[in-house]
Amino acid sequence: MSDTIKDATLEYAVRLGDDANVLGHRISEWVSRGPFLEEDIAYANVALDYIGRARMFYGYAAELANDGRTEDDFAYMRDDRQYQNLLLMELPREDFAYSQVRQLFIDIYYGLMLPELVKSKDDTLAAIAAKAIKETRYHLRRSRDWVLRLGDGTEESHRRTQRAVDSLWGYTHEMFEMDDTEQRLADSGIGVDITKLRDEWHRQVSAILAEATLNLPEDGWAVRGGRIGYHTENLGHLLTEMQFVHRSYPGCQW
Amino acid sequence: MSSEQQTSLQEKQFMHKIKAEEKIEPKDWMPEKYRKNLIRQISQHAHSEVIGMQPEGNFLTRAPSLRRKAILLSKIQDEAGHGLYLYSAAETLGISRDEMIEALQSGRAKYASIFNYPALTWADMGAIGWLVDGAAIVNQVSLQRTSYGPYARGMIRICKEESFHQRQGYDIMLTLVNGSPEQKAMAQDSLNRFYWPALMMFGPHDSESAHSAKSMEWKIKRETNDDLRQKFIDQTASQIEFLGLEHPDKELKWNEERGHYDSGEIDWDEFHNVIAGNGHCNRQRLEHHIKAHEEGAWVREALVAYNAKKQAKQTEAA
Amino acid sequence: MQDNALELFEVFIRSKRGLDHKHVGSLHSEDHEQALEYARDVYTRRSEGVSIWVVRSADICASQEDDAEDFFDPNDDKPYRHATYYTLPDAVNNM
Repeated sequence: MSDTIKDATLEYAVRLGDDANVLGHRISEWVSRGPFLEEDIAYANVALDYIGRARMFYGYAAELANDGRTEDDFAYMRDDRQYQNLLLMELPREDFAYSQVRQLFIDIYYGLMLPELVKSKDDTLAAIAAKAIKETRYHLRRSRDWVLRLGDGTEESHRRTQRAVDSLWGYTHEMFEMDDTEQRLADSGIGVDITKLRDEWHRQVSAILAEATLNLPEDGWAVRGGRIGYHTENLGHLLTEMQFVHRSYPGCQW
Repeated sequence: MSSEQQTSLQEKQFMHKIKAEEKIEPKDWMPEKYRKNLIRQISQHAHSEVIGMQPEGNFLTRAPSLRRKAILLSKIQDEAGHGLYLYSAAETLGISRDEMIEALQSGRAKYASIFNYPALTWADMGAIGWLVDGAAIVNQVSLQRTSYGPYARGMIRICKEESFHQRQGYDIMLTLVNGSPEQKAMAQDSLNRFYWPALMMFGPHDSESAHSAKSMEWKIKRETNDDLRQKFIDQTASQIEFLGLEHPDKELKWNEERGHYDSGEIDWDEFHNVIAGNGHCNRQRLEHHIKAHEEGAWVREALVAYNAKKQAKQTEAA
Repeated sequence: MQDNALELFEVFIRSKRGLDHKHVGSLHSEDHEQALEYARDVYTRRSEGVSIWVVRSADICASQEDDAEDFFDPNDDKPYRHATYYTLPDAVNNM
């Protein structure tokens, strides 16, 4: 592996780790706050899958970096300007409709992205993707059904779900954009050319929203910046909480 | 046969089953008081699992490593699962989960008082797993032989899953005592705060316990509060020693003759005070539960409405 | 609005291939599909199963304790249905 490709792969692994870490953290905020006990348990499984995924990606990044850093150094010792997760992941949990709509957008995204990543020439990334695909298929069953139920449930659930779709839509565009690093990796058969997946994502989302009696928002509004560390104000608070104990006792084992 | 004779015959048959160590099953005849007593105990147990998610949930988003976060999350999730198994067992007695939740939220039903103590440091995640789950397990192991079938089966499943809870707690403590001086101090502080409340989890002395005698006769409870507490004190002493921490009970002393540790008296005023609602978190725990329940109301309503629409469509199609 | 509008389902799990499905408990959900998913999340967190059945609790028809005498006692007096009823010579007793 050439040094530039290695550096790019490292950065890519960190980005995917950041996505999983931040989203897993957000979902874990639902614990003991679910609408009923069965859902509390089920949603915790999704959080666990993402925390596990974060550990795998960060673990691989640590292996590539080979400078003594561990998975936790990536998670706990970087500031929000260094985090490179998609903005969608860091938005607050808000109400249950908001969390499920976000989940749907993300699940469809991974449902398309992971099968491509499985074909990666990088064996580790391919192996992580192979494991994650199964998780995502299950997540998608859940989020799809939830959006259908909430969209076509009561007037209130419909209103909340439509509002969630509208407020999240602007953050979905950057999911399908690539910078030079990702382009280089896609060209070398290591990373996924995510731009090619947008149309299919759009088609699947549209179909589910239509079935859920929800409207597809206009495309005009788009917020971007996650991949260059230009975040919403939410991430700083999330990291403050996440990193507090770890950073208060530097160098300790837990 | 008069209905009184009938009842007395049924009661005799019931007691015969109990004495023969046969399980009572949901559709069986049972004395109304047995049913009520069981509902009280099982639902209180279920509520404890569910409310018990909160103190640990309070530290989940601050867990100091990803590995610990995953472990803690799966433990809290297990507690939700155990709450569900227990609600499920209680529902076989003809009470709905709604009614039980309503009783909890209105304060008519209790949950374990230990959860009214605040979780303040990461070491508390260790102490809770080790001591609180440890005390719960001592009780639950005994309840695997309880006379009501669904409760006993729930306990067996719970015990199987819960041994990891105590071990992960002790593992946190071990890591802390072998860490920096601050970490070790954190562990000691946490042990000091949770040791006595953990002993209180076994309830009042047998002589003071309101429900004990009948529960023992009916084999809902299999061992007395004091016997179970003694087991816990005995097993915990060497665990504290192994950690190299100071034992919070200064009067603790091995009694060769009894083959048990003698221990200092629990502060029963504190026990009653916390039960009476004056713990740090009594109100907070219930408010958290009520808030989540209320915020989830529209979701549950949506499910019901969606289901009704779906059924209507199916009827239309048929 | 009551939760119990969410229906109760009984959950049966086959712990491994070759074994019967066994009743493990119950849960509440909107429909069969959701019940199946929740059964997966609630009752197989440690890979306890390879197959799940869910049945609406209301659809289960159960024998009553009162029926027990009529149902089961009549078969108590048919010892000849059990292998142990027959004493065979040692030479063929592993039959």
